[in-house]
Amino acid sequence: MSKAEKEIFDAAPWHGKTKQYDFIKEGVIAVVVVALIVTFFSFLMGSPDDKPLTFKGWAVSNSDNFYATTVQELAGTSGTATYGAPYNKNGQGLNIGPLWLQRWAGVTRPIDTVNDFVIAPLSTQVMSTDIANAVSTWNAAPVSQQKTWATSYDDAITKVEGKISAVATGAYGPVPALAQGLTDMAKAGALDAALLSQGGFFQTDNTKQILFFGDGSYLDDAGTAANLQGGTWGMMNETGRYPGQAWLWLYSFWYQIPPFTNENSKPIGANADAYIMAIMGVMSLGLILIPIIPGIKTLPMRIPIHRGIWSEYYKSQGIKRSKRR
Amino acid sequence: MSEMWTAQLRKKWQKNLPIEKLLPDDQPAYVASWIYVFGVLTLSALAIIIASGIVLAFEGPAWYHYSSVGKFVNSTHFWSVQLFFVFMVIHLWGKFWMAAWRGNRMATWMTGAVAFVASIATAFTGYLVQTNFDSQWISFEAKDGFNSVGVGAWFTVTNLGQMLLLHVAFLPLILGVITVVHVLMVRKRGVVPPIDADATNTEVRS
Ligand code: HEM
Repeated sequence: MSKAEKEIFDAAPWHGKTKQYDFIKEGVIAVVVVALIVTFFSFLMGSPDDKPLTFKGWAVSNSDNFYATTVQELAGTSGTATYGAPYNKNGQGLNIGPLWLQRWAGVTRPIDTVNDFVIAPLSTQVMSTDIANAVSTWNAAPVSQQKTWATSYDDAITKVEGKISAVATGAYGPVPALAQGLTDMAKAGALDAALLSQGGFFQTDNTKQILFFGDGSYLDDAGTAANLQGGTWGMMNETGRYPGQAWLWLYSFWYQIPPFTNENSKPIGANADAYIMAIMGVMSLGLILIPIIPGIKTLPMRIPIHRGIWSEYYKSQGIKRSKRR
Repeated sequence: MSEMWTAQLRKKWQKNLPIEKLLPDDQPAYVASWIYVFGVLTLSALAIIIASGIVLAFEGPAWYHYSSVGKFVNSTHFWSVQLFFVFMVIHLWGKFWMAAWRGNRMATWMTGAVAFVASIATAFTGYLVQTNFDSQWISFEAKDGFNSVGVGAWFTVTNLGQMLLLHVAFLPLILGVITVVHVLMVRKRGVVPPIDADATNTEVRS
């Protein structure tokens, strides 16, 4: 049989030997068996459910870090403030060679860290005179003045490695009062909802909360503690003793090897997220197209695992050597 | 002579997928391996995922945090997903080593592979709507990947409402439709013959 004839043979209805086969019985048994296994694991192991972190937890357990992060939001130096698209225009975003997809997609979820993260949440509260004054001083000042205050305070905090009580006095304007105000608000547990509720009654978008959270060290530390960091295969892990998204192993794999591990290597390491997305896109397409990829589509003919799968057939036919390669 | 569209469709359907092909009571003798069970197991796990997911949807995303019944249903949802992937990956490898795309079955492979990718997307959004620490973490980490290629401008992993809708409505619908098409294609074409089967084999002649 030529290749073409074999293809026609494979496509034609089977005229050889058949046997009884009960699909419905097979299906019912399969559902029952799977249901039993699932029930077994559900009773034995349950499912993961670590409580979400809160701003209260952050501000209480590491108030200096929360405070310093607030100052960064005001100074425009936080991760979110310098991110670029889709949140703002303060960063170029990643690129794959000449493709600046991130920037081209534009700012679709605008976030202004100063107002959205600090001023607006504070303004939802009944403020003490100090803080009310600080907010009005800030609002009345020109942007350049706001920047100068916040940046010099941010620098001063960096100089003493985030230890707020050790920061030297200086011309920081209302910034310390604003940061203290927001820290107190967070400690009281009022910030989570204030970040969410901007813009109205019904709210379903947690973007602002998540981004603000990620700007500090609280979320990151918790991720490290739970062994969830991307650089250590965290993408595949769950909290506790549960399996995670193990099927992301190949995606996660790239983050473990150079040049993707080196953020400073250009062009790939610095743009690892974008390159890995592109690689995975191409590989997914490759999986779909396996039947037409030369070299790969013939692999199953060359490596005789099929003899095991159809062992009865090969035995009954006395096929010793494969004719198809 | 131009025929009615309805009649055309019926005839085409009857020709390609008569009930005897859809629900046969026999199969070629070579269908004798454990590997054939994994497609059905994948399907069974999917059925349990959908059933438990419907219960969860009726109670809302916060239910399992405080109710022990909720926790149990959530656990069945979680574990059936884990099994689903195990079964599907074994199924995928099996079909690969059988070169099961032979004989005009390429579209069967392709719909399967698309189902695999769609399953990953569905599971991923599921992890995002757990409304627990893990979903906080995953949404913060994952946003960078999607943002970096521009997709994040519309697919906002930090937007719980969007992820919840995609996870319980859009993605399962897509996955469900692909799966049905996939299985119907298998029924229409019949199970692929062994790699070395040809008309000279005794089994064929007999
Ligand atoms: C939602 C996930 C999937 C379900 C529910 C599913 C279900 C099934 C079922 C019930 C069968 C027939 C029984 C069998 O041969 O096992 C089948 C056949 C097949 N599946 Fe899947 N499948 C899924 C995913 C995949 C994937 C990821 C691939 C590969 C990329 C794939 C490739 C195939 C092929 C090529 C056949 C035809 C086998 C033949 O003609 O002998 N499937 N599938």
